[in-house]
Amino acid sequence: MTDGAVPRVRRLALGAGRLLITVAVTVLGLLVVTFLIGRVVPVDPALNLVGDRATEAAYQAARTQLGLDQPLWQQFLAYLGRALQGDFGTSVLTGRPVLEDVARVFPATLELATLATVLGVILGVPAGVVAAARQGTWIDQVIRVIGLVGYSVPVFWLGLMGLLVFYARLEWVAGPGRIDIFYEGLVPPVTGVILLDAALAGDGTVFRNALDHIILPAAILGYYSLAYISRMTRSLMLDQLRQEYIVTARVKGLSERAVVWRHALGNAAVPLVTVIALSYATLLEGSVLTEIVFSWPGLGSYITTSLLNADMTAVLGGTVVVGAVFIGLNMLSDALYRVLDPRARP
Amino acid sequence: MPFRIARALTVAGLLAVVAALVPLGMMAASARAATPADMAVIAWQIDELSTLDPAEVYEFAGAEIVANVYDRLVYYDIDAPDTIHGGIAERWDISEDGRTFTFHIREGITFHSGNPVTAHDVAWSLQRVVRLNKGPAYILGEFGLTAETVDEQVRAVDDRTLVFETDRRYAPSFVLNCLGSWVSSVLDSKTVMAHAEGDDLGNGWLKTQVAGSGPFTLGVWRPSEMVVLDRFEDYWRGAPAMKRVALRHVPVSASQRLMLEKGDADIARNLSPDDLTALAETADVGLRSVPQGAIYYLGLNQKNPILAKPEVREALKWLIDYDGIERAILQGTKVQHQSFLPAGFLGAIDDRPYTLDLDKARALLAEAGLPDGFAVTMDVRNTYPTVEISQAIQAIWAQAGIVLEIIPGDNRQTLTKYRARQHDIYIGRWAPDFLDPHANAAGFAWNPDNGEDSPHRLLAWRNAWDIPEMTARTEAALAEPDVETRGAMYEALQRDHQATSPFVLMFQDIAVVAERAGVTGFEVGPNFDVVYYRNIVKDGGEDR
Repeated sequence: MTDGAVPRVRRLALGAGRLLITVAVTVLGLLVVTFLIGRVVPVDPALNLVGDRATEAAYQAARTQLGLDQPLWQQFLAYLGRALQGDFGTSVLTGRPVLEDVARVFPATLELATLATVLGVILGVPAGVVAAARQGTWIDQVIRVIGLVGYSVPVFWLGLMGLLVFYARLEWVAGPGRIDIFYEGLVPPVTGVILLDAALAGDGTVFRNALDHIILPAAILGYYSLAYISRMTRSLMLDQLRQEYIVTARVKGLSERAVVWRHALGNAAVPLVTVIALSYATLLEGSVLTEIVFSWPGLGSYITTSLLNADMTAVLGGTVVVGAVFIGLNMLSDALYRVLDPRARP
Repeated sequence: MPFRIARALTVAGLLAVVAALVPLGMMAASARAATPADMAVIAWQIDELSTLDPAEVYEFAGAEIVANVYDRLVYYDIDAPDTIHGGIAERWDISEDGRTFTFHIREGITFHSGNPVTAHDVAWSLQRVVRLNKGPAYILGEFGLTAETVDEQVRAVDDRTLVFETDRRYAPSFVLNCLGSWVSSVLDSKTVMAHAEGDDLGNGWLKTQVAGSGPFTLGVWRPSEMVVLDRFEDYWRGAPAMKRVALRHVPVSASQRLMLEKGDADIARNLSPDDLTALAETADVGLRSVPQGAIYYLGLNQKNPILAKPEVREALKWLIDYDGIERAILQGTKVQHQSFLPAGFLGAIDDRPYTLDLDKARALLAEAGLPDGFAVTMDVRNTYPTVEISQAIQAIWAQAGIVLEIIPGDNRQTLTKYRARQHDIYIGRWAPDFLDPHANAAGFAWNPDNGEDSPHRLLAWRNAWDIPEMTARTEAALAEPDVETRGAMYEALQRDHQATSPFVLMFQDIAVVAERAGVTGFEVGPNFDVVYYRNIVKDGGEDR
């Protein structure tokens, strides 16, 4: 079919081009907005750098060094130029390149968010399906209450309670931090994800210690994610179960299991992917409160600390990473649509 | 029914996952160990740590780490702040005119790199501070050191002799106190210069590395996560007992407390009053209060015509519920203090003439022509305890007819506004940088130029308080060679200041250190750069 191949290639190229433009515009918009916010905030990064009691000369020198004496548009262009070369500047707070900082903190968040999302999906989707299939029964009520609690109780409080019960009282899990401090540096940091690094190095002790540390924060974030995913699954499923094709399927004599799990869930899966991707992306931004309670050195704490210290270079760099994560996950869920939805297949 | 089966399968699946998680956690738990006997873990908030270069450090964690990885010419005595001990310098002579200090460098001290410590390193380190001219450079700038003159004023005569000249006569105690501060740390000039880039004098490298001769070297530093210090085996005063000291960033007080209780931390530094109260009853944990230099005060901007009236200034001093705030809000983390030198400093006084007295305040306001009060704003950093204190003040002032609007902001926001003299009232915390009375006198009672372009923008300037006479007295005290006379001058200065200044001085900081039983030797002084780890010892008898 040589005739059909040409338009198809062109269509693919067009699609890719459009995607690239969308990504570029989104990233540019992101950079402009964060940059402007960073300059509008009434804090003085130069003062931040030299401290409260520096002489006027030291203060002016810091301003010049940061380029704050230049017009706004020049500052932005300079920033943009460097960003395109992969140079997001040096964090005022940590004194290191922002990219290096982000590469250090992001794996911590990735590790936690991934584990939490896995827990949330494994438990949340079946719970939502069961609740929808048995709408109005006791099991639906129980699942809804569990979801409601997870959704409305502050994660901060849940984290502290978790520490109090499982760490301090029962001693089932380890305390705040990613790993006990004396296990630090025992496995070579290949990926930055400690569980993975320990597994690669074949070090069972470090792996267990890291697992011991991650299990509680992951369970708490997972619960939060479960609450959201199960609620969304339930409502998506209820929508599907009211459709005519369900009636048809039942009339045809399909088993209830096939109706619910294959037909209804199959159709609910497409919007569900978006729900899960968004929930995952939210966790990847770094769940600041959980990270703070558990002294988890992730992206959320990094950006927050930087923001509180008026370290706009770091905030901008972190924001670009978060933006990239969102864009990436969006593209991923688009791709999954094509797999899950026969109509979207070319 | 097939659906029954599906449901049963789902429920079984859920249970299986939950059941799998619990033993997983318990299995991991069984592998846990206590902190090793030769390692001290300190739970602390260290997220403001941004540089380890002594010429640049300007916050608590940084100054404290610098205090433990570098040595200085001389040291303050933690127990007697008016006494000075030799460090790198074995002894020193002062010339007749009081302007030339000759330091004799101790023999046989080496840097972590193995290089010997010489007078050239000391001279280079001090010159470097002045050349880089970062925030804390002003401490050495006090002696008229500038980039042009510093090579002349600070010079090594030979490997063992360092000459330090000041631009005029200062009290010797003042000079030595400044040379005993963190900014005067002695750097390994050869190692640092090997990493210099351009004319940065190694500043870029030293932000994240250390090159000193102190009791510890830097092991690991992961920002907002932890700093691990390793002991320096060849330290000239003897290697520390702890092989490693780890500072772990734990931002939440409750988490710090749990870690301390479980033995995952040996020392905790940022416990809230609630957690301290709870820990006070635990036998495993000891609490220790150390007075700190920081003073909490209200700064009344004299550009505001109402606040410029002397009667109003005095009235506001009678309108603070000192007792109530100390009891209900501060709960042992701060104590009342109404003069500008913190307890423990040379010349400090403990006069506390003001109490809450509404009648007196009302009478003073009437005298000022404001019997019905007035409206005013206060810029408040949105952290404990400034928010709580400002709210307590707001409630009391309302009774005197003063309508106080609280403007919350983060530290940098409020500080930026304060430095631009755009506030009405600023509720602040002032911490002296070195253990000399001038550190605070310069802040509260010295304003040589009240103009908008003044190069000296300390507290009196920020509140536009024009005080030529008091400025002269502060300078006279600074030059007084006799320690006793000098102390008396500050005492008199503080009493006048207390009566007339636009500063409502309220409280002084107390640092509460919580340590597990068996942990001793953690030395905490009254300033952020006099905290030492080298004598920390852990009693190995703990069974955890």
